Amino acid sequence: MSEGLVADFEVTLGEFSLRLGLTVEPGRVTALLGPNGAGKSTALRVLAGLLRVDRGTVRLAGRDLEDDSRDLHVPAEERAVGMVFQDYRLFPHRSALDNVAYGLRRRGMARAAARERAGEWLSYVGLTEYAKARPARLSGGQAQRVALARALATGPDLLLLDEPLSALDAATRMQVRGELRRYLAGFPGAVLMVTHDPVDAMVLASDVVVIEGGAVVQRGPVAQVAAHPQTDYVARLVGLNLYHGLAGPNGHVRVSPEVELTAVSELTGTVFAAFAPSAVAVFRSRPDGSPRNVFPARVDDLEMHGGTFRLRLNGALPVLADVTAAAATELDLVPGREVWFAVKANEISVYPA
Amino acid sequence: MSRRERSGVPPVLLAPAGLAVLFLVVPLIGLFLRAPWRSLPDRVREPAIREALRLSLETATEATVVAMVLGVPLAVLLAHGRFPGRSLLRALVTVPLVLPPVVGGVALLSALGRAGFVGKRIYDITGYSLPFTTTAVVIAEAFVAMPFLVIAVEGALRGSDVRYAEAAATLGASRWTTFRTVTLPLVAPGVMAGAVLCWARALGEFGATITFAGNFPGRTQTMPLAVYQALETDPPAAIVLSMVLLIVSVAVLALLRDRWVAPS
Repeated sequence: MSEGLVADFEVTLGEFSLRLGLTVEPGRVTALLGPNGAGKSTALRVLAGLLRVDRGTVRLAGRDLEDDSRDLHVPAEERAVGMVFQDYRLFPHRSALDNVAYGLRRRGMARAAARERAGEWLSYVGLTEYAKARPARLSGGQAQRVALARALATGPDLLLLDEPLSALDAATRMQVRGELRRYLAGFPGAVLMVTHDPVDAMVLASDVVVIEGGAVVQRGPVAQVAAHPQTDYVARLVGLNLYHGLAGPNGHVRVSPEVELTAVSELTGTVFAAFAPSAVAVFRSRPDGSPRNVFPARVDDLEMHGGTFRLRLNGALPVLADVTAAAATELDLVPGREVWFAVKANEISVYPA
Repeated sequence: MSRRERSGVPPVLLAPAGLAVLFLVVPLIGLFLRAPWRSLPDRVREPAIREALRLSLETATEATVVAMVLGVPLAVLLAHGRFPGRSLLRALVTVPLVLPPVVGGVALLSALGRAGFVGKRIYDITGYSLPFTTTAVVIAEAFVAMPFLVIAVEGALRGSDVRYAEAAATLGASRWTTFRTVTLPLVAPGVMAGAVLCWARALGEFGATITFAGNFPGRTQTMPLAVYQALETDPPAAIVLSMVLLIVSVAVLALLRDRWVAPS
């Protein structure tokens, strides 16, 4: 009976220290999200066996890999852990086939058998015709698939993916993300994927662990974390506007001395109030009627995301707002433009802090 | 790079750079002008010259093999080892680089000579005396030339990517396997460049060889020693020998240059 990955450890590198508790069941994909310098790569290096823990334990499939109390450290080469590095790290002096066969050879398979099995893996990732190609001749997406095949070929209990899509251009990323989802679905072991892209997390992972500054700030099923972010970072990451405030009666939430939001909520006390950027309506002048939650603001910047513009609005209540390209043109939204925005009360979700 | 792009060379440096080229080339022109071209083919076939050439090529190659077998592991230790005193060890290893070769020869004689603290024991036990043998030539050349190889290989290893070694570890390769299958193949150009440098240095070795191994034709008289001796007795022969040495060195360099020591 396999029990997947169970880790709870602490590691210090100079000024930086990381504390991480983590469980990934076999067949599940967990995304490890966090800003740069949060400790995501450090976590992967520990699990891969490239870095020893200072304190704590790592267990995989019922086998202890790290335990500081017993001074136990299983070196990387003796772990059933596959890793796809952010920069792939395909051996430049070996063909794609020999790259995939490398791990099989190291696990005692004869040369011919290893090459045959490697060929099957290349065919699985659709790269049979590139078997003899050196990595320098492969495109980013192809190199990524070779790296994935190389890591999967040894049949690891745990697959580690370090920013698997970050080295790809936007168009390729969409396509590879879909393929990766398919390959991960066919993988029986536990998967831990480091990413700073929430879309990767939402598309590929079932659970998410968010770390900031070397500590876990939030964890849970992806949808739940997206709906109820606990920090600014998580909110921005999953595209939510998040405010910490004090809830009074009738759904009033005071988020700053000047700003009070009105939501549909029975909660009182300290709360988070969150709403999606798409729930924000933007106007050139103060809208007629009297919807609640209307505020003046200035456009700080705008960037294109898919078919919509994400605006950063600054004012008494800083918000992210999504508007269609047509609306952005019609409203002539440029940085510095003074606007009004409104949020419907029933779009604001309030949950306890 | 396009010719229309601005070059970074300040014009004021052109004159000294040109002088440097002249300085390096003029002596070689002198050698060419003085060479007895007509009698060259016959003289090269003289047994004494052929003997010296054979001895030089053999000992330089053997010294290079010794330097690689011992020097590459040392370079790995210096490049990737984690131990106190590593920089001290590196300084120690590179002493022969700056040491006048004659002093190196004296040092070898003091240690490995029949009265030396190592040589005496060897002699007492086996009755074998190292100095003034062909083996002594190889030792003297390796002593002087190995640091070139160690420094070159260490540089290549430091510049090499530990990222690939990490990837190999996650695929189940022990450190020794990783070194054999990943690290060494990736720094092969650096190792070959170091070996060529080492070989060229060994081929030209004079001071340590004549001090430690003496100057016995057929046994320890390598080409540089033969050149030196001929200069005193038969100057045209010295020029012929020099030409041969020059041609052999340049030919080897040219052969290997494209493959191994081309500038990146």
